[in-house]
Amino acid sequence: MSAEAWVLLAMIIVPALGSAVVALVPGPRGDRVARPLGAIFGGITLVLAVVAVLAFDHDAAGTFQLETDLSWVPALDLRFHLGVDGISLPLVLLTALLAFLCLAYTTRVMPKAAQPRAFVAVLLLLEVGLLGTFVALDLVLFFLFFEVVLIPMWFVIAVWGDSTPSSTARSAANTFILYTLLGSAVMVLGFLVVHAETGTFDLVALADGAGAGMARGTQVIAALAMLGGLAVKTPMWPLHTWLPDAHTAAPTVGSVLLAGALLKMGTYGMVRVVLPVVPEGTEVLAPYLGALGVVGILYGSFACLAQTDLKRLIAYSSVGHMGFVLLGISTLTPAGINGALYANVAHGLITGLLFFVVGGIKDRHGSSSFDGVGRALYARAPRLAAILAFAAVASLGLPGLAGFWGEMLTLLGAYDPSSALPRGLYLTLMTLAGVGAVLTAAYLLQTVRRVCQGPIADAAPRRSSLEDVSSIEALAWSPLVVLVVLLGVWPGLLLGLTDPAVATLLGTGG
Amino acid sequence: MTSLVQSVDWVALGPTLVVALGSIGVLLADLWVPPARRAALRWPTLGVVVLAGALLVAQTDRERGTFCIDAGGGLSACSFVVEPITWALQAISLVGAAVVIMLPVRDDPGPAPGAPGRLSGRLSGRLSGEYHFLLLVSLAGAMAIAASRDVLTLVIALEVLSLPAFAMIALPAGQTREHPSAAEGALKAFLVSVVALAVMLFGAALLYGVTGTLYFDLLAGALVAGTASTPVAAVGATLLLAGLLFKVAAVPFHGWVPDAYVGAPVRVAAFLSVVSKSGGFAGLLVVLWFGLRPYGEAWGTVLAIIAALTMTIGNLGALRQTDVVRLLAWSSIAQSGFMLVPLAAAGIATSARGLALDGAAATIAYLAVYAVMNLGAFAVVAVTDSLRGTTGARTVADYTGMIRTSALAGIALAFFLVSLAGVPPGVAGLVTKVVVLRSAVDAGLGWLAVVMAVNVVLGLAYYLRWTAVIFAIPAASPYEGGLEIRAHGRAPSVAVGLALAGGVALSIWPQAVLAVL
Repeated sequence: MSAEAWVLLAMIIVPALGSAVVALVPGPRGDRVARPLGAIFGGITLVLAVVAVLAFDHDAAGTFQLETDLSWVPALDLRFHLGVDGISLPLVLLTALLAFLCLAYTTRVMPKAAQPRAFVAVLLLLEVGLLGTFVALDLVLFFLFFEVVLIPMWFVIAVWGDSTPSSTARSAANTFILYTLLGSAVMVLGFLVVHAETGTFDLVALADGAGAGMARGTQVIAALAMLGGLAVKTPMWPLHTWLPDAHTAAPTVGSVLLAGALLKMGTYGMVRVVLPVVPEGTEVLAPYLGALGVVGILYGSFACLAQTDLKRLIAYSSVGHMGFVLLGISTLTPAGINGALYANVAHGLITGLLFFVVGGIKDRHGSSSFDGVGRALYARAPRLAAILAFAAVASLGLPGLAGFWGEMLTLLGAYDPSSALPRGLYLTLMTLAGVGAVLTAAYLLQTVRRVCQGPIADAAPRRSSLEDVSSIEALAWSPLVVLVVLLGVWPGLLLGLTDPAVATLLGTGG
Repeated sequence: MTSLVQSVDWVALGPTLVVALGSIGVLLADLWVPPARRAALRWPTLGVVVLAGALLVAQTDRERGTFCIDAGGGLSACSFVVEPITWALQAISLVGAAVVIMLPVRDDPGPAPGAPGRLSGRLSGRLSGEYHFLLLVSLAGAMAIAASRDVLTLVIALEVLSLPAFAMIALPAGQTREHPSAAEGALKAFLVSVVALAVMLFGAALLYGVTGTLYFDLLAGALVAGTASTPVAAVGATLLLAGLLFKVAAVPFHGWVPDAYVGAPVRVAAFLSVVSKSGGFAGLLVVLWFGLRPYGEAWGTVLAIIAALTMTIGNLGALRQTDVVRLLAWSSIAQSGFMLVPLAAAGIATSARGLALDGAAATIAYLAVYAVMNLGAFAVVAVTDSLRGTTGARTVADYTGMIRTSALAGIALAFFLVSLAGVPPGVAGLVTKVVVLRSAVDAGLGWLAVVMAVNVVLGLAYYLRWTAVIFAIPAASPYEGGLEIRAHGRAPSVAVGLALAGGVALSIWPQAVLAVL
């Protein structure tokens, strides 16, 4: 346990403490101070995440650092083992940033159902689960944090969400929690199979062992259970059906955290757990993973072309983007996995921004459907429209913005997959994914044209003039815009972290 | 038997004996206390339980046997043994009983006596002595089961547990004709139990016939040695097992549970779901571990199938319920299914890898967490139920907006429910579920693990439905209406608080229950 190890522990304790403090300040005063308090606790957590990045030895990004390893429940072999490496560090920072931006945004903009105290407490609890998942180095602890997000997210959607024609907020929340709980229950079965064979839940030891002591058949079963469970969260086609309703119903910050951080738990789990722990099993299942990922890319694109609701459209686009991540992971090559991790972070930033902007548009129009929003956003709120267009082109993977590198590297990985994988299949997958990328461009540009352009006369009735980007929106969105550009022009910033870690992963893994 | 006079180890016997003698004390005290003040008998009853608990804690030497015989050949066998399993099960029973004693009676004199539709305070006044007497007798039975190591002690202890429980279910019926459901529930439970007893005794007789002994240790020895006729012994073992499965409400012997819970006063339902159930599991553990060990693989497979059926049918039953007590009744059936999993796994693993005490530990840990959370949920229900009339309006919908009107009780109830579901913040529930799942995976019962995973999701569906209602605020009047709890007297609040404190503590330090064995 290094001297700086307290950072990770504090990063989990601070939001948990914040949640308790916010929930316990009584009466109307509690409701009044809750939102500033939440932003403060979110800010402290973000500072801690930055401290973790500074304390992190970037020359040894392939090893676990800032480790805490305490015995918690010996009877279950459950250790409170935390640590970060080049794979988890970017996600930790992304989560802390998004959570802080959401909490800051909440100080000015609240969902309709009010009750700020409960809302802030629940958001902070959500952050605990997210950060915990990304720093846990014990399988049961990972599972525990994985589950921590369920109830808070359920509340965010059920209580503060909006009912839509296709489903009520409550039923969307129920679908979300039951689907993902089934996923994680199956995932934990995979963990237990691993434990039954190796006798440990410790991720570091398991990654070092690289599947030693597990027969090929066992590895396939364990990998199937873990990948299947994680694929629900990702979400992978055809297990994605909970996502569109959840996104459409969720309030703005709920959508931002759902898309920006929560979905990443699935793909992160695949890279962190499945790949190193059961390498042989992963090898057997990788082609299926890649194929389903590509189906998701195409399915997401076609579904998007048919959407008439902005939030729903972005939700389906997430299925497509996570399809790229899955394809990248399934290549089992450094290029593919680095691409997947890059696309993961880029999607978090870009889709987080998209949901923020669309949330802003929805608040102004009382609707996120094309008909309700109308046209000519460029004329009515030029800055808002410009940011929407910016996020949209970033999302379609324009070179020079963050979305480009992930998809580029993924396709590169698919062109030359690991020698154990069928190359012909991957060439087909690569081509189809390329087609999907074109379709993505098509629907996003179509969306921009539909919403932003056109004569002002076609604007929704009585919405001919709109408030443009407010100061809190500018504050919450600008870090995301800056990072999207930064990661677009300087990919080394992120690849420098992930590449050594991926090398360690594959070096020991294959 | 070499001597007619047995030496008695009073330390081993202490906690159970205190409860048994205490029950008589309470019954006698009842004769001298004027009817109006008999509700106060709760406190001496609680004192008895606390004293027994203190004696239990004081048993530093947790390996004691009494009523022993010399079986010849250097072997000895005891009827009453205190060892870690016994200790843990007795502790669960005592804690459960202590919380139940503090729960309010539906017809306790409330803050507004004589409110319309409310039973008068007569029950607590006139029958409080009987109620506490029955409770202590039943508790003594539950404690004796955990220590029993021969068939007859076990059967008698089981009946000592069960018979008073039926009377407790029927108490309201004896008081007023407005409670036909209580009589019906008691009758069903009684008939089922009598059948179970007959079946058990028949099984015991067969086992005695082929092995010539009633002591579990000697029985296991005879079964291993192969001196017994195997088919007859197998039939005997099956019948003995069937009788015990009645007690833990396993499928297909679960039918009596919902009616008994709903017919009984809520606090009696709480007693049935925790103390009575832990007694049943104690019996099951004792018989399987000490008596039928050699048949591990056979009963392991049977229990695995029964566990899968029990959890599935229990959860499917609970999904449709609107009455909260009926919902908890079905959920407690499902939870029994989860608790059977480690036993099944241990049975199967025993034959391959020697006797696995892990299985017993997993079941006891699960039982302990379940007891705390279920008691908590029942405590909140009992408190709310005691404030309502006899119309029986205690549906899930009645809890709408509880968070606004009684925030603490609402949060506590939500915590108990998510813990029963096994989802954070109910970490204790989650950890014990993982322990149970692990036992299944380790024993190679992959199919059972998958069934259990699906059942965890089914369980969350109905626990969440109730939780959602607690936090739902009526859109029309966000600051009005809903369920308001003004607990009368301090005891019910203490009961809820104790369960909440226990649940939170176990969530922070689950090792406390996992390290029992």
